[in-house]
Amino acid sequence: MTKPPILIPHASGTNRDQEAAQAIDIAGGDPRVVHVNRLLNGDVSFGDHAAILIPGGFSYGDSLGAGGRLALELRTWFADELGVAVRAGRPILGICNGFQALVKAGLLAGPQRPVGRSVTLTHNSNGKFECRWVTLGIEPGCRSSWLAPLYELVVRCPVAHGEGRLAVADAEVLESMDDGGLVAFRYLDSGSTPRGSAGRADGVYPANPNGSVADIAGMCDATGAVVGLMPHPEDHIFDWQRPSGPPGGSGLPLFQAFVEASR
Amino acid sequence: MVLRIEVTSIDDPEGPRVSQMARSLGILGLTGCTVSRVHNIRGQLSDAQVELLCRELLVDPVVDTHTIGVSNPLGRAVEVAVQPGVTDLEARELERAAAELGLPAIEVAMARRYDLLGEVSDTDFETLVGRGLVNSTVEHWSPNQLEPEFSAAAAADVRVAAIELSTLDDGELLDLSREMLLSLDLEEMRAVRAHFESEGRRPADAELETLAQTWSEHCVHKTFRAEIALTHHHSDGSATSSVHDGLLDALRRATEALDPWWLRSAFVDDAGIVAFDDHDDLAFKVETHNHPSALEPFGGANTGVGGVVRDVIGVSARPIACTDVLCFGPVDLPDADLPEGVIHPRRIRDGVVAGVGDYGNKLGLPTVNGAVIYSEGYVGNPLVYCGSLGLLPQGSHPTEAKLEDRIISIGGKVGRDGIHGATFSSASMDATTGDTVGSAVQIGDPITEKGCIEVVERARDAGLYNAITDCGAGGLSSSVGEMGEDLGVEVDLSTVPLKYPGLQPWEIWLSEAQERIVLAVPPDRVAEMQSLCDQWDVEMTDLGRFTGTQRLVVRHGSTDVVDIPMAFLHDGLPRRHMSAVWTDPTPADCAPPGFESAHVLRLLAHPDVASNEDIVRTYDHEVRGGTVVRPFVGPEADGPSDAAVLKPLGTSRNALAAVLSNGICPRVGKLDPWAMAMMAIDEAVRNLVAVGGNPDRVALLDNFCWGDPTKPDRLGGLVRAVQGCVDGAELYEMPFISGKDSLFNEFDGEPIPGTLLISALGLVPDMAHAIDSAGSAVEDDVWMVGTQSDHLGGSLIAEILELPTTHLPPMVFDPLSRYRAVHAAIASGLITSAHDCSEGGLCVAASEMAIASRHGISIMAPPGSDQPLAAFANEAPGRILLTSRPADRAAVAAALGEHASLVGNVTDEPMIRLSSGETIVEISVEAAVSAFRDRIVP
Repeated sequence: MTKPPILIPHASGTNRDQEAAQAIDIAGGDPRVVHVNRLLNGDVSFGDHAAILIPGGFSYGDSLGAGGRLALELRTWFADELGVAVRAGRPILGICNGFQALVKAGLLAGPQRPVGRSVTLTHNSNGKFECRWVTLGIEPGCRSSWLAPLYELVVRCPVAHGEGRLAVADAEVLESMDDGGLVAFRYLDSGSTPRGSAGRADGVYPANPNGSVADIAGMCDATGAVVGLMPHPEDHIFDWQRPSGPPGGSGLPLFQAFVEASR
Repeated sequence: MVLRIEVTSIDDPEGPRVSQMARSLGILGLTGCTVSRVHNIRGQLSDAQVELLCRELLVDPVVDTHTIGVSNPLGRAVEVAVQPGVTDLEARELERAAAELGLPAIEVAMARRYDLLGEVSDTDFETLVGRGLVNSTVEHWSPNQLEPEFSAAAAADVRVAAIELSTLDDGELLDLSREMLLSLDLEEMRAVRAHFESEGRRPADAELETLAQTWSEHCVHKTFRAEIALTHHHSDGSATSSVHDGLLDALRRATEALDPWWLRSAFVDDAGIVAFDDHDDLAFKVETHNHPSALEPFGGANTGVGGVVRDVIGVSARPIACTDVLCFGPVDLPDADLPEGVIHPRRIRDGVVAGVGDYGNKLGLPTVNGAVIYSEGYVGNPLVYCGSLGLLPQGSHPTEAKLEDRIISIGGKVGRDGIHGATFSSASMDATTGDTVGSAVQIGDPITEKGCIEVVERARDAGLYNAITDCGAGGLSSSVGEMGEDLGVEVDLSTVPLKYPGLQPWEIWLSEAQERIVLAVPPDRVAEMQSLCDQWDVEMTDLGRFTGTQRLVVRHGSTDVVDIPMAFLHDGLPRRHMSAVWTDPTPADCAPPGFESAHVLRLLAHPDVASNEDIVRTYDHEVRGGTVVRPFVGPEADGPSDAAVLKPLGTSRNALAAVLSNGICPRVGKLDPWAMAMMAIDEAVRNLVAVGGNPDRVALLDNFCWGDPTKPDRLGGLVRAVQGCVDGAELYEMPFISGKDSLFNEFDGEPIPGTLLISALGLVPDMAHAIDSAGSAVEDDVWMVGTQSDHLGGSLIAEILELPTTHLPPMVFDPLSRYRAVHAAIASGLITSAHDCSEGGLCVAASEMAIASRHGISIMAPPGSDQPLAAFANEAPGRILLTSRPADRAAVAAALGEHASLVGNVTDEPMIRLSSGETIVEISVEAAVSAFRDRIVP
């Protein structure tokens, strides 16, 4: 079977691109890490890729807020290319800094609002960078078609971020996110491995590591093609990467579904 | 026109942090604090453009509010900004981003504004500003609106001053050394004078500065190369004398005597290198950044990480992990006990931790191993050890510049930052140090360094360079001077990109501006190098060439700046002859009190033992997806592990993994620095073995932090510690592959406790057999490897109970066969969990295993100590607790033989039960958890 080419854009300060590439490779895709400068000067084109994965890191040092300047570049330099990809239903996945950039670029803006976006990712409620393993559940009502085969999936993987708290402008936003199926992942209580007994983290630290509203760890857009999440499933591809605790919870199925959807 | 835009986030974590800090400073009138980012923008922007800027870049619609102009003060206010010349990344990023938005060119000066709510008296205000909000070494402030200073300095003429030496007498030579911050002694100044007299001319300022940098303690390790006469006064009143012909040579000879096949490079380069597998090597280096961290904790630690990572880049390796070991004053030190000119330990700790995390996290490197130690001896002079591990293909590191190669610098621009850093770290500190050498402190730019990592890895694989080195202490003067030692170089400083105009040639030449790497690139590969740098947003400069004249020639355009023969620069330094004295402590002993549960809880809650999870979790220890054994383990992920096991990304062809561990025991050093070295080596090694590391593949690093070596009592301890390292390398059959000494760690004439950090790098043959301290099951057997001692000298319990004993436990007799036996048992899958016995001894080790696994543990003190407190709290080296399945008892007994004894078992009931003779101490696991994690002792 041919391996679909997956674009992994690298901005200065991006990291975890190599782990993302490893996950894509093992999931059956052909990862291509490309510096945004080469996309900008036309060396490499978005159109030659079946999907886009924006990885984690600290693009441009996050000096203008987490993912802020990368978001600006997505909006100003690559708006057309991304628009084409979204309309074509090509999967786009943003992890951590990539998620922050997609949110701030308006690609994961939450429910439609007359002015500006209605969701953001901001400082963790404890005010600190936090690195720890969490348990994630894929939201059953999520409208992302490529996540559809994974509705029973529970993923264990680390978070590593200082600005990962998902905040919304008001309660109405949360309601329309639920109604619209825009919630893709939630933090679960760490004990809840079999999906049957899954319980939400209920905002309790450390299961919900950053104080995200309604335990939301990731979301998708109205088309269902664009998905973003704060935790790092690319850091749980092999069994040996998992700390002690219940077995299972690999992040690999997520990347397999992503690659499958890009075929 | 200057436009001011204030942006306030409803959830800026800085606000609550200020409130908390105020409480800890006893300022109770403050009821809250609002923090705003102030953007001062100079440029011609229309209203619509300002609106665009706010919407697109400055203001988050969900959590931010903004004001254009000055907002109404909510109470007393403080506005803080970095001083001109200090790196302001946010301002530079905003300027670039505005251009990307298509706006006219703007200049930005950032500030932070604190609105203090509630009743804050003048005194409280002053305390809060001085102790909490402003670091005057790098920042300035105003109680109102701070006048923005945009970062352009006036251009100055290029000037080179000639300095008269030949007419100066000895006293005047020393005055000159002091005035110019050269840190050269009389003999060295005389050698400089003699050289320039022989050339019949006066030296230029830059020439003196170059010599001072190259000859600084920091760069050339004068003390470690000196001939030292040691007088050792023994406790029985006798004395012995010995002559030590070069401490560095002694360490190097110990390594050469072992010369294992897997050793690739030791002591000659920026980092030591050992084999990993058939394809790759590992590079490892640990550095200190103590004085900068004392003055500006965040920036000092930040650039400490940056510096050691560049050491690893400097041997052509891709950095893959970081370590940090930190020594601070007590965080609960009463303000009244804080010496003038010293930042409170709490603030130093918070700043250093934030600085370490910021740099490592932004480089995408996992910070996986470390330790934190608190002692009053570090109040005026904290220690910040930063380590970095790298991976490189075997044989991929070229080390020989060729004739006519170009001298290529990549990375950051040059400002006045860090000038005199090398000489500053080669002198003691006092209350005025912050004012006189403020320029030695700088703020890092990890993203630029990340770019260097990407470029160097690709340049290495493409074979674009013949030699490489990092630009660290002494700036270009050191890196280019060292690289050109054999051939000679010619450099033109007028090509160096500057942060702002007005730098004199000697300042450009000496600047320790961070994030720069220097490479020797053949002329026909320069274009490739340039396009690689362009692709990765890394600035590249062609500084000059390797000439073959064996001279260091530096020009600024047509102005001559330096012209010194390499032979004098590198070999002209007179060797020092130093004297040293060590006096053994007067023997003292005492009968320890009875053993109680409170002793265990106090040990667990002691800052050196208690959990530092609140620090460790602010470091990304997962990035690169290779962390096998983490800093915290077990079902609740809060049990301390002994060492980090890492599987480097891209090496999945086999099951080999790397291990990083450390050993540090300054309490022992106060009694006997020789024993401190032996025990620190043992601690590092047993930590490494306890997670599954092979004791036959261990490489060691030494890092000595000591006081002023020109004072014989300080130097005596240092010589003894080096001797301990040499003896330890021989006994453990483990080579030192790199090391570093940081001397002059004194404040107001008081030295720090001589502190040796041993870092160990090893291999786990099969990562499936890496274990941690949490993996036991109920009913498992518990074994203790090693032998007990009654001696409590240098132990934590002796310090807590103020027991005046000086008797140290004996060193391990045959450590290698012991650790080989343990390793074989672990590698064959017999051992379910392991934990080393260090501070607090057996009772702490057993309690930490119970905390990690959340099972109970029951232990009967093994023979070797009759006294229950000593039995459970002695810190004899060479001991590890192991657990194994009951069914494997015979196999484990056979594998460990005489090296271990069965001491107890893992229990379902969550109790820690420690018995010795009639004494039985019982603690619930829950109580142990709250002592260890929350530092609560009932």
